[in-house]
Amino acid sequence: MAVTADAKLDVQRIRADFPYLEELSNGKPVAFLDSAASTQKPRQVLDALHDFYSHRYANVHRGVYRLAERATEGYEGAREKVRAFVNAPSTREVVFTRSATEGINLVAYAWGLENLGPGDVVVITELEHHSNFVPWQFVANRTGASFRHIPIDDAGELQLDALDEIAASGKVKIVANNLVSNSLGTINPVEKLAAWAHEQGAIMVVDAAQAAPHRPIDVQALGCDFLAVSSHKLCGPTGVGALWGRAELLERMSPFNLGGEMIRSVALDRTSWNELPYKFEAGTPAIAEAYGFGVAIDYLSEIGMGAIERHEHELTEYALGRLSELDFVRVFGPPVERRAGIVSFDVAGIHPHDVAQILDWEGVAVRAGHHCTQPLMARLGVAATTRASFYLYTIPEEIDRLVDGLHKVKQHLG
Amino acid sequence: MSEFDQLYREVILDHYKNPRGHGLLDGADAHAEGQNPLCGDEVTVSVRFDGETISEVGFEGRGCAISQAATSMLTEIVVGRNAAEVAQMPKEELLEEIGIPLTPVRLKCALLGLGVLKVALHKSKGTPLPDEWMQGDDLTMS
Repeated sequence: MAVTADAKLDVQRIRADFPYLEELSNGKPVAFLDSAASTQKPRQVLDALHDFYSHRYANVHRGVYRLAERATEGYEGAREKVRAFVNAPSTREVVFTRSATEGINLVAYAWGLENLGPGDVVVITELEHHSNFVPWQFVANRTGASFRHIPIDDAGELQLDALDEIAASGKVKIVANNLVSNSLGTINPVEKLAAWAHEQGAIMVVDAAQAAPHRPIDVQALGCDFLAVSSHKLCGPTGVGALWGRAELLERMSPFNLGGEMIRSVALDRTSWNELPYKFEAGTPAIAEAYGFGVAIDYLSEIGMGAIERHEHELTEYALGRLSELDFVRVFGPPVERRAGIVSFDVAGIHPHDVAQILDWEGVAVRAGHHCTQPLMARLGVAATTRASFYLYTIPEEIDRLVDGLHKVKQHLG
Repeated sequence: MSEFDQLYREVILDHYKNPRGHGLLDGADAHAEGQNPLCGDEVTVSVRFDGETISEVGFEGRGCAISQAATSMLTEIVVGRNAAEVAQMPKEELLEEIGIPLTPVRLKCALLGLGVLKVALHKSKGTPLPDEWMQGDDLTMS
């Protein structure tokens, strides 16, 4: 694609890459405003999967025949693309996982269970997705560590003045936070939290599932210790994600899954682990999906993550402006300066399921529910919200259709 | 008929806007609450018995029009019936009363109240618990 990283996106040309956007629902094109849940896939990724399974497929790291070598090249090539995408120092530090969730679980089990005990503190925030909440609650419960959260203010931003009290309550060992909130779009000050975590002698775990698809990621600049991403939220296949972790931590951790591939040698009386990152990749991995993940990264990188971020920022500004015209809509979350392309809202107290149902009839796909953030919903005082989220293929006309649809919701059920 | 009129037919909207059996009963004999894990919707049900007969049902909840209307309709269907019989009530009976086509996700909304009522009957009368309401130990922070 002949787009430079600094140019404005050629959105119509991008849209032509996505077969789903050509389809009609009830005679209308679908305004797909649920990319925060999962994104549509471009032909480049779909074609690459077909090609890989057709001509390059075999199990990896084993066969001496050429086909197996080609498969291994594809799989390891994708690891290098992920490394570059998050600016990690080495591919030894990039572990392929099943999902961002599995990456966080890996750290929770392999680092958390081994290093936590009574008197220690695990810190999460009120904004976390359940995937970066429940694993920590579980390991804290298992080890006798205490489980503390950083509260948010009414605009959905972290209240960092709570940190001193948390630090005084025990030995902080883990701080876990999402870089972008999947419910409110809040862009969190992860660099500050990472610096604070290190002052406490803690490790910083970042859930970047909702950030990596939408803005440049640099693990070295963030100063974190672990960072988890997912493929399906950035135009890649489902079933694969990646965990970046500092080599010195990964080296000291026990394996998370055990079996083939993750060993150096096995005997009846002892087994030794494979080198990084294979120590954490037991079993046949999602080979073609990892390859497709790499193709998706190429696709986004050619367009430019900075350009994608700016495009979504403009859309978010537009959406917040249009929604502010509706006196029956209450938007949750921070101002546009500290918000990614996610807008959660309430419509005249009408339940989000009903809102989303009527919008669906208008060909507008949004998410309705708790977005896997029940502690946040409790803080906001709602059971659920309606959420619209944007991506590189989103156009302002789709936001107009959302607004038109919301008038219909109000008219029917308000 | 438009899609709106099909799903949100008048009787559904009436039950949604004017729910029957709304509010929990003082001094109820049985009580249960439940959530729909897909959307976090909540229903709490309280029941009064006259012997083995359900004499009164009250509910409170937070949920969509379908879940709240279905629970409201349920309170009308079950009053005056035997507890053990209601505990075995097939979901189709409630769905017929609701009388609208439901997608799998909305089906869970429609059946939330019925499930919670069966939990209340189980707790009070020892009737069988529906499979989907069986659960193991929770994680509770000390």
